[in-house]
Formats: sequence, C-alpha cells, structure tokens
Amino acid sequence: MKPVNFDYYAPSSVDEALDTLAELGYDGKVLAGGQSLIAAMNFRMARPSALVDLNNVAELSYIKPTADGGLAIGTMTRVSTVEHNQDVIQRFPLLVEVAKFIAHPQIRRRGTFGGAIAHADPAGQLPSISMVMNMQALIKGKGTERWVAAPDLIIGPFMTVIEPNEMLAELVIKPHPPRTGAKYVQVSRQSGGYAQSAVASIVTLDENEICKDVHMVLMSVAEVPILSEKAREILIGNKPSKDAIEAVAEAASTSEIDPASDLHASADYRRSITRVLIVRSLTEAFERAKRGGK
Amino acid sequence: MKKLFPITVTVNGKVYERQVEARLLLSDFLRHDLGLLGTHVGCEHGICGACTILFDGEAVRSCLIFAVQANGHEIRTVESLGTPENLHPLQQSFTDKHALQCGFCTPGFLMTLVPFLEENPTPTEDEIREAIDGNICRCTGYEKIVEAVHDAAEKMSQKK
Amino acid sequence: MTGKYFGNPIKRLEDKQLLTGNAKYIDDIEVPGQLHAAFLRSDFAHARILKIDVSEALKRPGVVAVYTAEDFGDFWKPGPLQVPPPTAIPGSKFNARTLVPIAKDKIRYSGEVLAVVIAESRYIAEDAFDDIIVDVESLPAVVDLEKAWEDSSVLVHDDLPSNMAALVTQEVGNYEEAKKKADVVVARRMLIEHVAGAAMENRGFLASWDDQNQVMTIWANTQSPLTVRGSVSRALGLAESQVHVITPAIGGGFGPKVMTSLTDDVLLPWISKQLKRPIKWVEDRRENFLATTSERDQVHHCEIALKKDGTILGFKDVFYHNTGAYDSYGMTVPLNTQTHIISNYRVPNFYTQIRMVFTNQMVVTPVRGAGRSEGVFAMERMLDFAAKEMGLSPIEIRRKNLLRADELPLATGITGQDFVKNTLDSGDYLGNFEKCLQAIEYDKFIKETQPKAQKEGKRLGIGVVAFTEGTAVGPYEGCKVTVSTSGKVTMTTGYSSQGQAHYTVFAQIIADQLNVKVEDVKVITGDTNHFAWGAGTFASRGATLVGTAALLASQKVRAKIFSTASKALGVPEDQVELGEGSVSIKGKPDSAIPLGTLAAMANPMRGVIEPGVEPGLEATAYYGPPHGSTGCGAMGVILSIDEETCKPVLEKMVIVDDCGTMINPLIVDGQLQGGISMGIGNTLYERLVYDENGQLLTASFMDYLMPLATDMPKKLEIIHNHAESSLKLNPLGIKGVGEAGAIPPGPAIVQAIEDAFADKGVEILETNLSPSSIYGYLKKVEHK
Repeated sequence: MKPVNFDYYAPSSVDEALDTLAELGYDGKVLAGGQSLIAAMNFRMARPSALVDLNNVAELSYIKPTADGGLAIGTMTRVSTVEHNQDVIQRFPLLVEVAKFIAHPQIRRRGTFGGAIAHADPAGQLPSISMVMNMQALIKGKGTERWVAAPDLIIGPFMTVIEPNEMLAELVIKPHPPRTGAKYVQVSRQSGGYAQSAVASIVTLDENEICKDVHMVLMSVAEVPILSEKAREILIGNKPSKDAIEAVAEAASTSEIDPASDLHASADYRRSITRVLIVRSLTEAFERAKRGGK
Repeated sequence: MKKLFPITVTVNGKVYERQVEARLLLSDFLRHDLGLLGTHVGCEHGICGACTILFDGEAVRSCLIFAVQANGHEIRTVESLGTPENLHPLQQSFTDKHALQCGFCTPGFLMTLVPFLEENPTPTEDEIREAIDGNICRCTGYEKIVEAVHDAAEKMSQKK
Repeated sequence: MTGKYFGNPIKRLEDKQLLTGNAKYIDDIEVPGQLHAAFLRSDFAHARILKIDVSEALKRPGVVAVYTAEDFGDFWKPGPLQVPPPTAIPGSKFNARTLVPIAKDKIRYSGEVLAVVIAESRYIAEDAFDDIIVDVESLPAVVDLEKAWEDSSVLVHDDLPSNMAALVTQEVGNYEEAKKKADVVVARRMLIEHVAGAAMENRGFLASWDDQNQVMTIWANTQSPLTVRGSVSRALGLAESQVHVITPAIGGGFGPKVMTSLTDDVLLPWISKQLKRPIKWVEDRRENFLATTSERDQVHHCEIALKKDGTILGFKDVFYHNTGAYDSYGMTVPLNTQTHIISNYRVPNFYTQIRMVFTNQMVVTPVRGAGRSEGVFAMERMLDFAAKEMGLSPIEIRRKNLLRADELPLATGITGQDFVKNTLDSGDYLGNFEKCLQAIEYDKFIKETQPKAQKEGKRLGIGVVAFTEGTAVGPYEGCKVTVSTSGKVTMTTGYSSQGQAHYTVFAQIIADQLNVKVEDVKVITGDTNHFAWGAGTFASRGATLVGTAALLASQKVRAKIFSTASKALGVPEDQVELGEGSVSIKGKPDSAIPLGTLAAMANPMRGVIEPGVEPGLEATAYYGPPHGSTGCGAMGVILSIDEETCKPVLEKMVIVDDCGTMINPLIVDGQLQGGISMGIGNTLYERLVYDENGQLLTASFMDYLMPLATDMPKKLEIIHNHAESSLKLNPLGIKGVGEAGAIPPGPAIVQAIEDAFADKGVEILETNLSPSSIYGYLKKVEHK
C-alpha cells in the first residue's frame, strides 16, 4: 500500500500557500494533519496530483481568546492541542469532551482541528460539532476572504463550499450565553472507532428554567450531520421536562434522520440508539445548564 | 524523471541529509533509507500503531506522514531507548513482566508509552489502557503490557 | 518435575533483541541487488480471464519484468496437497482442487493474483498496476455455503459436478436409535463467523538465487520452513540441499503463515532464477485480508437427544464448512470440529457429517482455535438450548454430562486431524468446571449479585462453559543439541518460531539436563541448513514435541558427557560429577574439566576414537507421540450490558486450564491471555464479511475490528488445574496451550448475554455479536 506520486509544496506563510493554491487550481490539494488523507492515499483511493502542505505555516496554528469571550482557532491547531488548552477547557468544555472520542492519541497529535472540519467526513466528530456550535469559518483565497457559518460550510459527505484555490484558515466560536450546558454522547463499537450514532446538544436556560435556546446535532445517521429542528420546536419556550425531552427523541429519531445499514449497525439499531442518545445528551446538557455550564 | 526533495532531519540525535520522493512514507524512509529497522509497519492506514515514533517529542504514526514533511524536525525511534546491554526502564519492565511475545508491535507500544509516562508518571489502569488503545497487539491480550507499564511507572518514579 | 529452570517463570532470553529494535523480521532483510515484487490482484471474485495486457507496464521506468500465468509455461501447475486427504476415514470423499500460483483462465476469488510485477521499488511496482489492462468475463459468485452445496449452484471448479470439496461422515453408536429413546430432542441451526489470523506482521518472502553455487536462499516468515524447502526444490528440480530456507524473527503466526504453495513461494524463486536477482515481496495489510488464509465460517445443523433428567443420549451435527476457492490444506479444520464437538461430555451416540464446500472466497486453513472453537461452540450452545427447554440450569446439565476423571483415557471413536482415532487422555473435566464456578462465584452471582443489579436497573449476565484443546499431534519433531568447545550449548530445530518463547523454554529443558546456565543455551529455529527434519509449527505442538525431543537429545548428550568425562578423569562414570559448566571426580573439585574442554576432548584431532563412538558432545533426537494430548478447562464470564445500546462490558473472566506440566508458567499465562483476547475479538469485534458478489468488505483494520486494550475484561483470572494423570502422557507430562484461550470465550460470552436477557427469552445462534446484532435478537423476541 504505497501512495501514487505527487508534487509537493511546503509554503511557510498563508500568502505563499494561497499563491500556490491559486497556481495549481484543481490540481492542488491542501495537506493538513493528513491522518485521513494519507491513509486514503496509501490505499490509492485518493490520488492528488499536488499537495500543498500547511504544516510549516506557523501562523495557522493558534488558539486565541476573543474579546467577547469566545475563541478563534487556527486551522492547523492539532486536535490534541485543543484538547489540552486551558482556554478551551474553560470556555468550551464540549470540545474537550468530543476530542477524547476522536480516534486515538497518536492521531489527535497530528490531526488538525481545521483539517478535520474541512474533510467533512459525515462520521467525523468535528464537522458535526462545528455545526452545532455554529462556528464561523474563515475561508481565504488569493486576495479573497469570506466567512461562512459551519452549517453552510458542509454541503455533503466529504464536500464543503471551499474552492480548490481556497483554504479554511480559522474557526471562530462565539461565547455561550449564561446558563448554557452542552453534552456529547456517542455509541461506537470500540474506543476511537467510528460512531454508529452520536448526539451533541447545547442548551440555554433562562432564570425561570425555561429553555431559551437549543442546538442539537445528530451524527452518523444521515449523509451529513443533521441539526435538529424538532429540538428547537419542542423545547424553546418550554420547561425541558422528561416528557419534553422524550418527545424530542421520538420526533427527531423518527422524522429527522435517515440512517443506513452497514457492517457495524443496522439502520433500525442506529435509529434506536439515536433516540437513546438524544435523551442522554439533552438531559445532561440541561443539568449542566442549571449548574452554569459545568 | 522523478522529482526529489532535499531534506535534513534529526533522527535519534543524528542529522541526516537525504533526497526523497514526495510520496515516500516516513516509515519507509526510517526503515529503508536510514536502516532504522526497529520501527515496524503493520497496516499503513494508521490503525495498528506498530510504526509509532516520536515526532518533535510526540507519539505519532510514521505511516501517516511523508518523509518530506520531516524536514527540519526531530524524530526518535525505538533505537533511541536502550540497548540490549542497557535497557530503558520501560523495556526492562516489558521483559520482566513478559509484556511481549512476537515483538512486532512492541516498538510502537514503547514509543507510545515513553512520552505517556513522562506526562503521567503514576497512571491508573484505565489511563494505561486508554493510552495504548491506539496500538494493537495480537499476542498478549494486553494484560502483561498493562502490568509492565505499572511496574515501569513505579520504578521510574522511585528513581526521580 | 521441576528443575533449576524447568517449571520456573524464567524471563525470556529473546526479549532484549526484540525490545531494542535489533531483531530482524522479513522486511528487515536486505540483499544487495534485490528487486521488489508486487502482485496485481483480482477485483472480481469469479470471472473468466479473456486477456491481460502488460505491455504498457513494461515500458514504465523502474519496472524490470511483468509476468502473467502464460509466462510461466509448463512451470505453472496447481500446487501439491499440503495436508493429505482423509483416507483414514472410511467412505470419505475428497475432491482435491489445489491452489494455483497465479490465476490462469479463471479467477476464483477476489484477491487472487493476476500478474506479478518486478520493479526497483515497491512504490514503482504498485504504480505499474495502473498500466495493466485486465479483460474478464464476470461470473456470478458462489458465496453462501448452504446454497453452494446445492446441485443448482454455479460451480467454482467447472470440472466438478458440484461444489462439494469433501463429504466425511463419522458415527459412533447409532444416533437415530438413541433419538427414538429420547425424552427431548432439540434442533438448531448455528453460524460460526469467518475471522482472520491477523498477525501484526504480514507475510513476506525473499528469494535469492546464487548462480555460481547453484543455491537458492530463501527468507520467509513461514510456520513451515521445511515444507517450503520441499516444495521449492521439487518445483525447480533442485536437490533439497540446494535450497536453504531461513526464518527470520516472525511477527506472529496464528495459523495462516503455515500455508505454502502460494504465489510468493512458488513463483518468486523461479523469477529470481530467471532474472538472477534477489526478489523480495512483503505483503501489505490489504493483501493479508484479501488473500492470506483465514478460518471459521461454518453452518451447523445440530440435534441433541436427551433423557428428561438431562442425560445426553445422542448428538447429531451436519455442518457446512467453507474451504474457500481451493482445498490444499485438506480437512484439518473440520476434522478438529468433529473431534471437539464431543470432547468434553459423555455422548454415547454421535453422528457427524462434514460438508466441505468450495466458494469464491479466500482459502480457509487453521487459525488459532482451528475448528476446535467451532466444535466447542456447537456443543456448548446446544446444551444451553436443551437446558432451557427442559428447565434445567446450564450448570446442572453440564455437571451431569461432563466426563469424570476416572472415565479417562477415553477413545471417542472419532478420527481427528492427525488421522488417528481421538483419545481424550487425561484431565479432570468436572473438577475444572467446579473450580471455575467457585472462582466466578456462580452461586453468589445468581442469588445476590444479579438480582441486586436488576433492582438497580442494570443487566448482568453470567456464562460458564467447558472446553478441551486437542494439541500436540504427530507426526514428529526433532532437534540437535551440541556442546561447543566454548562450553556454550546450541540446540537446532526445524521448527519455526513466531513469538512462543521457544528460545527460552527449550533452553530451560536443556540447561537442566546439562547443568549449564540457561542463557548459555542458544536455540536456533527454522533454518533448514541447521536442521532439516520436521513438520511445522501448528496445533499447539511445539512444547510437547520439540520440548520432548530436546529432553531426549540432551539426555543423550548428558550420557556422552559422563562417558567422555569418565575416560578423561580416569574414574568410573558413577564417580563423575556434573557441576555447573564442568565435570569433576566426586569430592575432588580440583579435578574439574570445563565442559568446553570436554567437548574438545570428544572431538580429538589425532589418535583414534573407539568404534561406535560418535565424535563431539552432540546428539539428535526425535519425538512423535502415539496420539495428540488433550488440554482441558473451563471458562466463566460475567458481563454487564446496557439495555438501551446493547453494548456489553466484560466485568470478569476466569479460565481454568490444564495443559499438563508447565515448562514456564509466565509463558503459559501469556499464551492463555493472548488466546482469550482473540476469543473475545472473534465473539464481539472481528468478522470477515463478503457481499453477494464475493467482495470482501472488511479488508482493513478500519472495518475488521481487532480487540483493543479497553476491550479486555476488567478482571481476568487464570487458574492452573493440572491433573496428575497428565504426567503419564510423555516424558515431561506436557500438553499444548497455544489455542486454549481462544476456544471458550465464544460460547461463554454468548451464554452470558442470553443470561442477561433471560427474562426476554433471547436465543443467540451465532458467534459474532455486535451491539446492533444483539439489538436485532431483542427485537425478534419482542415481535413474537
């Protein structure tokens, strides 16, 4: 299993990288952590004719607190760096909770935050999380810059709106309002393996314990991650009672997802555990919201 | 004509200058270009962990990095630990506790565990199991590897 | 017996080289001038080859040669039968369709080799695949075992009337008569899923033809170097002495590395001779999944007939066994299944039929467990179903039928893989089972733990099963033990080693006999120039066969030490004392002669040696047992299961094992733990899946799930329960243990999962369970 040969560029700045991408057009492919791409290349399933390696672009690797209490994360920040960063732990513990489920430590040390999102693997955790957190993605091209919200970034399995001559440069996460809680849960056959279903919820309560806001993503149960509308319809403006949560689980798992059967799980099983995971995720997220996010 | 890229890479403290094809995997470079055969290749898709090395001090898969990407970086392989005459404490615990059988996966386990024990000198059993979940061993059932890590942690923290 | 070393947990002598990256595995061997081979493999499972055009590939820079079947001319022929047909069993039918080295005319499984590319590097060789145009006529694939057996099936081998590879029926007593007398008859159909050996090191082969000396040197990570030597010399018309096979360090075997007459060992020596260049091939993981042999994959139709008190009157098992596209390895696996179905229990009437069937799948040969797992699974499951049907506990039914110590040795009347009538030689089967019940605290679990958990809304289940492991079959193995003039001892054997601690355990046996330090005994395995007789590494036979040969050879050397010392010291032999590394006259330590000096005296450079005396402190010995020895034991498991997600967690596992006398308990435990992890993997994670077109859907570790450290039981207890009766078997009282751990986890875990859902009446009829399939079983009973 050896990859097909390719041309290789290792720019040391964003500008240089964008110049190279512009020059290569459809022939160029960005190499971030490479933990999915190189495996696919070894199988000769991916055969890019040129790679633009961003690993030497130091300016793309950072975690910066923003003035409003959020974070800006450079695309080349390693997943393990995110996992252990104090600002992340303080502001967005959901990311830490999720990171521990992403493959194994050796992969997280090399794999990058932005690379995982741009790869848009429907079974990958970070694309789903970027959507549920409504991360703002900064996409740069030669002389161009645009912001796209994560739910609009991912348009299909392994497909994003990023053009071949562009790259994902940064992800900005806005701070959660007070009394927000979040919870990620998944079922996978083994540690570090693909999830057969996963749910992440971010919920906000008002001072009267009424649900002010809810974002819930359902992963590995359709072609792309699903942001649940049902959760919003049923919960916003209401007390998140056990019954209300059950109602979301019922509605979302029956009408919002379209799970497939594969080697590891039947569609029926996926639907069934999605229901279970929705209850678990929302219940704990609301508990955390009551405790002020902890 | 195949295009070659010059690289300078420090491996186990020694600086190597070589010309490599872009697609050459770091695992193949270490093994066949530098003759450091202790790094083993078990799957070439990043699951088995046999090819784990330290890249700038961090345990990563050498089958999922191109050699050209190692330019300017520092790499450590199993050859940097102990010698048969003078084993690293972790290697000593592996033999004391019978934590290896065929030995093929062992270098990958060692290179995963060396930085792990530096960061976490007194790990719990669960932490050890999580730390080695990215390394597959077909022979031992992991029981004695876990024992060996406990043993090494104990010995290494006493030394400090 | 115990000695200074024998029986003690000696640390392994081979570890230091392995730990430091110094050990050389097949891909670490580099021969100057070597070229690299890569095999273009078929994407089709079943097809007729119309044309393979390699002309473009030959133009690619770095490509040296490309071969298809046509290029080998008369050299191309189907390979030999590596294991002979079961002629020892009357009435057996066997259609030999042996492996071809490269597909010609017809492709019979996905992954079969279509072309061999020889290039300057593996990278370039793989590039050349893109240049090769393969034109085929696709045929429907034969995948389902039971359908393949039917006369209407598409044929894997066109010249046969059906896909029957073999039909073997064995019967003791008369099952149908027993059935008439039975109070209860239970029948079930069960699946035993297909799994891989999945050693961490893939296969590899390096052939180097020395034209000047007319010698073929081969490095191969084979379990059977002498078979490779034999087949290469036959194929190339060379004397066996012209073929030198060396096994380097081997990264695990587990069965599949025993297979020979594959593309590599047949074609690469020929190509090396043609090109006069060394040729190296190292398999990658995808190839290993697609084309290296694998195992299990049986469908059992079982019937058990019992009296109402639970006594077994008879058992019937007609099972389909997938041999894959070819059957070069004979019937080892299904014959093991037949013997193991009734290897624990008193079964007076037994009817068993093997329907071995050709399919468009990779070839099936033994994988750790090797048919035993299947037989034990079938019987253990049937006992569970019968117990439920009759309202007995799974414990009661086993207690009633397990063989008692005083019933052994017992000739079961069933012929096994070694073509010898199976004998259950020794052990305390019921005692093992009782010890296991105690260790797993069965009664407490049923009375307290499980009900308490249930009140808290948690589901716990328990399973306890018995097992046997037929080991140490013939024909024979041998070794040579030599004392060097340095005083160091060398043992050489044709047996090859894949991590089983041979370098330590054989040294332990010899060191005790010769009274030398264990680290002064160097063991050389699997090098045909050192020792050229033997069968190979399989069937958990190394410790017993080679270990006993080591004992016998070192006893002969010991006798030579005494006779030589007697002359050198000028005293009768009974006055000679063998101290550590030297001989002396009893009570006169000053007279000591170092062993090395004595070795030199045994090989005098002048003078005359006496008639009948062989020079040197050296001896060769062979050992072949009259029949295999049967290890035995029991396993208990407690698991918890999340009712909503159906994910099981192994809370506790106990194995009670009798492998006879242990040479080194550290190694025995390692073998058991490793085997158990494989058994757990086979039950909860691993599964090779073919689709209806014969495409393997699990050709990577992404889809074929290997058991990980966090998948192991939270607690694993090993209890050695070695029956005194074992000691009579062979001079050291040894039985094998290499496969024991892999056998019982399947039925134990499945029984425990059923137990956890006992109130729902779930009944599980297969070996491999994902949470999703457990969910499927629950749904099935809910919908009833």
